[in-house]
Amino acid sequence: MTRLPILKMVLAVIVLGVVQSVILLQFNWFGDEASTAAKPIDTLLDVTIVLSSFIFAIVCVALGYALIKWRAKPGDESDGLPIHGNTRLEIIWTIIPVIIVLGLAGYSWAVLDDIEKTDADALHINAYAQQFAWTFGYPEDGNKWSEGELHVPVDRQVIFDLQAQDVIHSFWVPEWRIKKDAVPGLETDVVVTPDKEGTYSLICAELCGLGHTTMRATVVVESEAKYKAWLKKQTTEVPEDILKTTDQYDADQLKKEEKSGGIEGSGVIEQ
Amino acid sequence: MAVAIRQPGWYRGAIGLVLGAAFGFCLVVGLRLLSGLDAFQTEQTGYPQVVVPLITAPFGFLFGFGAFDYWFRWAAGKPTIPEDHSGHGATKWQDYFKFNTDHKVIGTQYVVTTLFFFLVGGLLALLMRAELAQPGTQIVAANTFNGLFSTHAVVMIFLFIIPVFAGLANYVLPLMIGAPDMAFPRLNALSFWLLPIAGLIFLGSFLAPGGSFDAGWTGYAPLSTGAPLGQSFFNIGVQFAGASSIATALNFLVTIITMRAPGMNLWRMPLLVWANLSTSLLVVGATPFVAGAQFMVFFDRILGMNFFNFLEGGDVISYQHIFWFYSHPAVYIMMLPGFGIISEIISTHARKPVFGYRLMALALIGIVVLSYSVWAHHMFVAGMFSWLRVPIMITTMLIAVPTGIKVFSWLGTLFYGKIHTYSTAMLFALAFIITFTVGGISGVMLGMIPIDIHVSDTYFVVAHIHFVLFGGSVFTIFAGIYHWFPKMTGRMYDERLGRIHFWGTLVGTWMTFIPMHWIGMDGMPRRVADYASQYGDWNLLISVSAFVLGAVQLIFLYNMIVSWRFGPKAGPNPWRANSIEWQVSSPPPVFNFDEIPRVVGGPYEYGTPGARHAIMGGEGEGAEVPETKPSTVTVPS
Repeated sequence: MTRLPILKMVLAVIVLGVVQSVILLQFNWFGDEASTAAKPIDTLLDVTIVLSSFIFAIVCVALGYALIKWRAKPGDESDGLPIHGNTRLEIIWTIIPVIIVLGLAGYSWAVLDDIEKTDADALHINAYAQQFAWTFGYPEDGNKWSEGELHVPVDRQVIFDLQAQDVIHSFWVPEWRIKKDAVPGLETDVVVTPDKEGTYSLICAELCGLGHTTMRATVVVESEAKYKAWLKKQTTEVPEDILKTTDQYDADQLKKEEKSGGIEGSGVIEQ
Repeated sequence: MAVAIRQPGWYRGAIGLVLGAAFGFCLVVGLRLLSGLDAFQTEQTGYPQVVVPLITAPFGFLFGFGAFDYWFRWAAGKPTIPEDHSGHGATKWQDYFKFNTDHKVIGTQYVVTTLFFFLVGGLLALLMRAELAQPGTQIVAANTFNGLFSTHAVVMIFLFIIPVFAGLANYVLPLMIGAPDMAFPRLNALSFWLLPIAGLIFLGSFLAPGGSFDAGWTGYAPLSTGAPLGQSFFNIGVQFAGASSIATALNFLVTIITMRAPGMNLWRMPLLVWANLSTSLLVVGATPFVAGAQFMVFFDRILGMNFFNFLEGGDVISYQHIFWFYSHPAVYIMMLPGFGIISEIISTHARKPVFGYRLMALALIGIVVLSYSVWAHHMFVAGMFSWLRVPIMITTMLIAVPTGIKVFSWLGTLFYGKIHTYSTAMLFALAFIITFTVGGISGVMLGMIPIDIHVSDTYFVVAHIHFVLFGGSVFTIFAGIYHWFPKMTGRMYDERLGRIHFWGTLVGTWMTFIPMHWIGMDGMPRRVADYASQYGDWNLLISVSAFVLGAVQLIFLYNMIVSWRFGPKAGPNPWRANSIEWQVSSPPPVFNFDEIPRVVGGPYEYGTPGARHAIMGGEGEGAEVPETKPSTVTVPS
């Protein structure tokens, strides 16, 4: 039995892994970054890409070497060596992957904690999803409303309280790297700190029916002053859709709340 | 004619179908009239006059077709008809269209039927790709499009991948363990015939008012509870496909546990048997959950039960928990039998024992155990309780470990072997290792919550699922079909056409599904009929590649059909394999063995002179045959 050229194979894995990593890291996979969550997530992706490149390289080199070295010649009817296994090797390729995935899981957990930290002075905005449109309520700045267009100030943490009026929708701004479903009858929220001014798209990511494809809203991230100025121009009138669907939730509750000062600030309507 | 009507068969089946439908229809209309209601109800979630016959008609057909004759006679205490085995085996093509109890006939029925549905599902996919080739709406409108991807997924999952594995194992597994048939041949036949019924129900939903079910194959409530009639077809079809799957799994479990040939202890079972044992454990434990989830949606729709109606105290997110408690194990139901196939093929065509056989078997069991604990990774952004996310992330990522063991062990099997790559089966097996590794890596990435938050519900998920299901499962299915084609038909397929099919499929798969990773990460959501124009070029490439991939499958079909009819005779053991199914003629005799073989060693003793897996009946009768022990040779490091 010939000895394996372990050193050469390791070198091949390193070369292939490095080449793959270098090529793959050239691309900006997740697109533009426009929130504080984007950096740590993209770094996590880069780390994963490098690790994956090496794992893929190991598989390719092993398969390629085996095919070059031990491909049977036509007419060769002999058998390979009767090797049934190698306990030490099997333990190694069980333990090392365990360490790698646990390490990646720990790293992911740290990133998750990092991006979901909430500030005490975070701005709360209500996002109402319905087939097939988004409506936004700004309870903290004079009970303002906007439809199909969301404005947020830059560099301030925003917590979106998500409410679905009919079926499940999902709140996704790719540049912010955050996504959360709006679930009927359930209170969900999503935290983001936009750190780059600009105009983005809010995309519904959960299949919600015929108009799912077109269920989008414009997101404008702007300076605090511009945001305030824009907000001043918005209506305080509760949009009809919100009233109508809220009515379906619980007419009595609505009446009570209207008497006590409107439904806007109440978040999810209690059942 | 009168005799034909009384005999079980197609005439009686057709009558049963009509009577069953009429019974359900009259029941609904009668009860409604008695209750003072209108005879018909046509709310889109209602239509009891359609959905009840949809349940009763298939049973009518099965009664008529003869699926229950023996059991009923037995249950009624009547004298049973002595077994004449007329429902066993096939001598002419008509025998494949009967309620046949021979596991080999059933295996063939399964594979042919599921390949038909593979074509149907593929055509649905190509329609979708035609629409997606350019931004904007050209071919189908959004409502049809939603129906297309929903039926595509359901047909591929419930009528192709899951049952084709059951079919291949049906044919091969009893032979492999030295059994004359499956443990419950009549149940086995019933399992098969439930399948085309499920398929017709799924496809029949296109005729329903409002079109086919269009809430995705996941059918999330409350989108599904309020959807048009087609959704009820999905709810009911899943019951038939699920029942088929569960019955087959029970059959495999009993067969594997009780019917192994003497001498075949657990550690002498071929890995395909181990794989089907593991799969069956998953099916029996998990499939009732999808049946339950669909019944709950069905009851919400038809009976107003409010399981998922948030206005009446229903809990929307519980649907997802119940659904994924099946549907995540389901991806292993769609993968583990493929692992078994790959182990058989790589060992045979590399002329070497499977490296680390016991760890390979244990890895399968490890996947079974772990896969019950990972369902909620489909729900990281679904709004479920947030504490569940991290534990589920860890179990999800740990599944990569047993899966990695399998990949490394296959590679280890190749080392120091004699790798024969002339067989298309082996080409698919080798390509599977690479392609599946890519799918596994993207799977680990999806398991990491921060990454998943961004890419869930995007084309990245579409890319991942197709890499593991097409590059994974379907590659193993092709490998398995090519490998056992000579056994099942007694004839050899054309290797040249096989190689063209292989290279076309390999390139087509990568060209179609790799770009999906990119556009998904960049922000293209899945399940959309239209997309931002910046993804136009990539989508055009994907669509063209998908059409190439589809066209290449026609070569496969041509090869299979023509070779089945005209291929050169294969002989009993063209691959010089050790396992028992290759020690009998091709195709095997009706009852597989004249005499049950004796198992004297492991299944993969290639390279050990004189080592045997099994002693067949009629040879070495009474002679002393030494038990072979696996010898372990250590790799020099």
